[in-house]
Amino acid sequence: MGKEKSKSGPLARRPDNSAFKQQRLPAWSPMLTASAVLPFFYLLALICMLLGVWLLLTVQNTQEMKVDYTEAGSCNLCFEMRKNVSNAGQRCTCMIMFSIEKAFKGDVFIYYGLRNFHQNLRRYMDSRDDGQMLGRKSNLKSPSSYCKPFDVDEKGVPIAPCGAVANSMFNDSFILTYYTINGPTVVPLLRKGLTWYTDKNVKYRNPKMDNLTLPEVFEGTTRPPYWQKPVYQLDPFDPNNNGFINDDLLVWMREAAFPNFKKLYGFLYRANKPFTKGLPAGNYSVTISYNFPVQYFKGRKEVVLTTVSWFGGQNHFLPIAYLVTSGLILLTAVVLTVVWWKFGKDGKNMAD
Amino acid sequence: VVCFFPFVSPEEERKVKANDREYNEKFQYASNCIVTSKYNIVTFLPVNLFEQFQEVANTYFLFLLILQLIPQISSLSWFTTIVPLALVLSITAVKDATDDYFRHKSDNQVNNRESQVLIRGSLQNEKWMNVRVGDIIKLENNQFVAADVLLLSTSEPHGLCYIETAELDGETNMKVRQSISVTAELCDPNHLASFDGEVMCEPPNNKLDRFCGTLYWREKKYPLTNQNMLLRGCVLRNTEACYGLVIFAGPDTKLMQNSGRTKFKRTSIDRLMNTLVLWIFGFLVCMGGILAVGNAIWEKEVGFLFQSFLPWDPPVDNFLFSAFLSFWSYVIILNTVVPISLYVSVEVIRLGHSYFINWDQQMFCSQCNTAAEARTTTLNEELGQVEYIFSDKTGTLTQNIMTFNKCSINGQSYGMLNFTPLNPLADPNFCFYDEKLLESVKVGDSHTHEFFRLLSLCHTVMSEEKSEGELVYKAQSPDEGALVTAARNFGFVFRSRTPGTITTTEMGQTVTYSLLAILDFNNIRKRMSVIVRNPEGRIRLYCKGADTVLVERLQPCNQELISITSDHLNEYAADGLRTLALAYRDLSEEEWEAWSESHRFADKATDCREDRLAATYDKIEQEMLLLGATAIEDKLQEGVPETIALLSLANIKIWVLTGDKQETAVNIGYSCKMLTDDMTEVIIISGHTVQSVRHELRSVFFFFLVQILPNLIISGEFALVISGHSLAHALEPDMEEEFLSTACACKAVICCRVTPLQKAQVVELIKKHKKAVTLAVGDGANDVSMIKSAHIGVGISGQEGIQAVLASDYSFAQFRFLQRLLLVHGRWSYLRMCRFLCYFFYKNFAFTMVHFWFGFFCGFSAQTVYDQFFITLYNIVYTSLPVLAMGMFDQDVPDQRSLEYPKLYEPGQLNLLFNKREFFICITQGIYTSVVLFFVPYAVLSDATQSNGVPLADYQSFAVTTATALVIVVSVQIALDTGFWTVFNHVFVWGSLGSFFTIMFALHSQTLFRNLPNQFHFVGNAQNTLLQPVVWLTIALATAICIVPVLAFRFLKLDLKPQLSDTVRKLKFSFYDPSVSALLSSQCVPL
Repeated sequence: MGKEKSKSGPLARRPDNSAFKQQRLPAWSPMLTASAVLPFFYLLALICMLLGVWLLLTVQNTQEMKVDYTEAGSCNLCFEMRKNVSNAGQRCTCMIMFSIEKAFKGDVFIYYGLRNFHQNLRRYMDSRDDGQMLGRKSNLKSPSSYCKPFDVDEKGVPIAPCGAVANSMFNDSFILTYYTINGPTVVPLLRKGLTWYTDKNVKYRNPKMDNLTLPEVFEGTTRPPYWQKPVYQLDPFDPNNNGFINDDLLVWMREAAFPNFKKLYGFLYRANKPFTKGLPAGNYSVTISYNFPVQYFKGRKEVVLTTVSWFGGQNHFLPIAYLVTSGLILLTAVVLTVVWWKFGKDGKNMAD
Repeated sequence: VVCFFPFVSPEEERKVKANDREYNEKFQYASNCIVTSKYNIVTFLPVNLFEQFQEVANTYFLFLLILQLIPQISSLSWFTTIVPLALVLSITAVKDATDDYFRHKSDNQVNNRESQVLIRGSLQNEKWMNVRVGDIIKLENNQFVAADVLLLSTSEPHGLCYIETAELDGETNMKVRQSISVTAELCDPNHLASFDGEVMCEPPNNKLDRFCGTLYWREKKYPLTNQNMLLRGCVLRNTEACYGLVIFAGPDTKLMQNSGRTKFKRTSIDRLMNTLVLWIFGFLVCMGGILAVGNAIWEKEVGFLFQSFLPWDPPVDNFLFSAFLSFWSYVIILNTVVPISLYVSVEVIRLGHSYFINWDQQMFCSQCNTAAEARTTTLNEELGQVEYIFSDKTGTLTQNIMTFNKCSINGQSYGMLNFTPLNPLADPNFCFYDEKLLESVKVGDSHTHEFFRLLSLCHTVMSEEKSEGELVYKAQSPDEGALVTAARNFGFVFRSRTPGTITTTEMGQTVTYSLLAILDFNNIRKRMSVIVRNPEGRIRLYCKGADTVLVERLQPCNQELISITSDHLNEYAADGLRTLALAYRDLSEEEWEAWSESHRFADKATDCREDRLAATYDKIEQEMLLLGATAIEDKLQEGVPETIALLSLANIKIWVLTGDKQETAVNIGYSCKMLTDDMTEVIIISGHTVQSVRHELRSVFFFFLVQILPNLIISGEFALVISGHSLAHALEPDMEEEFLSTACACKAVICCRVTPLQKAQVVELIKKHKKAVTLAVGDGANDVSMIKSAHIGVGISGQEGIQAVLASDYSFAQFRFLQRLLLVHGRWSYLRMCRFLCYFFYKNFAFTMVHFWFGFFCGFSAQTVYDQFFITLYNIVYTSLPVLAMGMFDQDVPDQRSLEYPKLYEPGQLNLLFNKREFFICITQGIYTSVVLFFVPYAVLSDATQSNGVPLADYQSFAVTTATALVIVVSVQIALDTGFWTVFNHVFVWGSLGSFFTIMFALHSQTLFRNLPNQFHFVGNAQNTLLQPVVWLTIALATAICIVPVLAFRFLKLDLKPQLSDTVRKLKFSFYDPSVSALLSSQCVPL
């Protein structure tokens, strides 16, 4: 840009008369004038208001039901049992009764919720090997050092999947029962399609099979210490839902950002009556295979049932936040208008 | 080129023997090879890195990098720090390397120049770098002198030669050098080869106009002066050839000794920035401490129990140690509050502003073909904060083009009437009009003739006569040129000079005077004399000098003439003219002989030679007869009064510091509107003793008190004129405050008869007692000290060489460009820098503090909120260019407006746009933004699910949402801050947003994940998260909550307390009209 021109004469060193060099580039200089700012504020308030109302109406149509089963009812026994580590191998099943006042219409989702479980600790989140879960054979046999101390067992056998995240996988299971006049009916749940497409198809892959069966591929590895089953037996019913692409594992591996969270367990299978329109009102029970210990970290466990709208599950914060914001903007706009009208010096007092 | 420098203790005396390399090598003098480059290929990396890590900021980031390499505390990957650090280091390294490459190139070129060296009796071509101390070299016409050499002989008679010293001191007139007479005969190589004289002289130093040494040859001593030296960097002119003995070579030469770096100046913003950065470090440590305490509590209460899921790291055995590690982890995470890119960005912006100064057509003087130049690129924003301007007068306020204007001969004053030249040798440009004077010349009035004869003889001007009648005078000072030209036009034409003669044409007749002595001019003597013998054999001393010194040396016989001439002198001075008195003295042959003997003796002295010479001169410059006086006009430069008026309206106080006499100075003060007739009082302080000065200052003070008493404000305007000898007392430590308070109460201050040192002292005084930015402007060597000591030094590249320019930070050709430099460029630079800094701190606090809030939810485990790539790129890619564009191009009002409303300059002086208060507002806004950016997504997402039921509360979605919201909020904020949307701003703002999304999608792509699964584990996140309406609703809500209060506050401020710039902006300004601007960018004064 600044090359000296080889001109001669008295103007040889005269700088170029370009708009850029002379700082005369055409430019737009906006000003915060009343005619721009005040209408903007009113418009913004209006938009927020409309959005808030719309969201509120949408949210009103969704339903949510939370059942805390940590020590409720017969689960109390299981809770006490899990306090003792030596009983880890023993099964414990309990049941909680609840009733739904108003039918859940449409798709119904079943979640398990955990409270005070920190999946967002730095070392916890680092304690995994994405290379291993992508199915890399080298990582399968020698997991990343980030997985320590859950990389190999006492005998030096590599753990698959390694790391604290996988090791702490939630392992309670639920059976939902609907009590009709004709007797109890098990509510059919779909336990597939719980994850993002990219997780199931890109991020997590089983190691290359090469005509081997899954257990053969995982030979030479061992299950994480807290697991009861190896990774290739997670789903006894569907062989394609095993190994590193098991939906439950994937759901767990997507760490929650906050200590209180819920994760998708399954959703209602609506093919057969009486569940074609959702969950009818009435009495239900949930039978829990109670495995996951929470007393160590003063945590709670719950089952959550919800329906969803176009913007997701029941979420009262967003519409209310929009309505409050709209109100505040409107208030500001009114104050600004008054101030501008009464005291403004909008170019009127140029003299001083 | 590789030069070797022997390491020797500093020499006390230099001994050089001609043609004796073995003898000279004993002393291990530096060779003539120069190295201005700093590095070579091998040393570049270590030396440059070492230099760069001496910067505190760089070392700090290196420290962080080391912290990050410790796995237990590394909360961020090492590349989040190394990428920006490497970028910054490599940008600086590339800049240093290019600079050094050019230095290498020029070193090579210079070192490989050919020079003829006398080796074993024959002349051989040698490269400059192989020339040794003690060699005899031959120089030819128009060649550069290879080293500092002692002139032995020349092709011209009397051992004379002419040199041009433009490269050395910037003066373009020719100077004479003469060899000492004994060596002048050694004209051919054979004689020179047998020359075995030894020179003893002072050690290498940087004084260009001084040399002191002795030549020992054939058992005799000969004194050597600067007159016998040719310095490296000079060019030989008008001389066929000459021989010289190399005394100083390479780095010892005066040229190289003078090329040291000047003192590094820092701006007040720099200092403030450093303080703030220290505060931020303190803040960082506090935040780290709070989070570490949190970590201790959490690990004790929860983490201890959670150990079955996540055992503590092996070295951690209790919660306190965990907290200690957590502190360092948080120091790493939160370090982005002081981003490494801050310092680089500031430098880039300043460099850009410097280019805008260099490119400004309206600061280009077409007459002298000089554009303005920002010689220092680090001071620009300080130009917007100047409160005091110290200006030289001659050449700065005035043109330094002297015209002979009036004269007084034998009590008769002449001047300003019509004139037609009476001789064919007259200078056609000369215009001095007085019929009477012409008449008296024609009549042959002896006084008049003697007057002009003096002017034609008593000077040091060189003449060049290309063809008959085409005389060109080369004068060291324009005053002298003007006087000799005047004599020429009145028929006393100076034709040529040799060291022993001066040839003139007097009224058509050629006369040759033999020149017996020149008693040269200096600042202490304030006079010069010549002693000549005319063809008839009469010896006469002609003297011209300042009237004050000359009057003391006159024969007291003709008091009447003296008093009349004094009246004339005062009259001339009152017109703002520069005056000189002229006198002569007849010397008898005996007097001359006696004095000549004492002069020779003094000349040969080796110690205190100059003092002794001055004493000898003083002895003969007595008992003189007054001839008359001359008055020379130095015209004001174009636009000076307007500029001064405008700058005072901008609340800048202008002090004129001049060497002129009081009357001249006061007069210039009036003509450039510094002093006006409306002023209540022009206070003049000219006491010679401490008591009288103190008394005068006190009385002024009481006078002020009387003025103040009625309504406690100074009513009326005052001006202070103080002379050099009073100033010397006023600057004493016990009186300086009194002087300062008086001077600062005055609207204009003029210091006259001041020495260069006093100029600097006055500047230092203001710097010490007022927290104000000072600017010194001058054009001559006598202004250099003032230019160097002021915060900003401005050099006017005019008639008096370029020493002032070389010492200055900014240079241009005309005083009036100062208004544009300060009111336009300075103001903009300050504004831009302040806006840049405010935004920069804001965006980094908004970015970083989110981690702090997240700490309360993640067990204070130093988990970051964002992806590590986002942290790496946030400062260097996503948000750097829009704010750089704002810092580079922003304009609140167009340039014409800031000249029309000089009051717009005030915010800079009062330091309103960026100070500690503004800083706190910025970081408060940043922290507020971080609260919104964390808690809004937290509240929404913690319970949200996608429309297909998959929860959105996973860490990666939260990270993407927060990061997107952050980039959008800070982009909206920069859009609000940008007041001047050029195409660059648009490109950078939209481009940054675009690059954020593009890079994010790229980083979350399958390809990268498949190759490096552990680094790019955010795969698929961007599309899964950003397709959710609830995420966008969250981002929109967060943006609205962040921006609306800012907008409301700005609107209120604009509405209730508009700044002048806001008001000016609201004026309907006419769009830029090229024809008007062409007029504005007009050339310099037509002569």
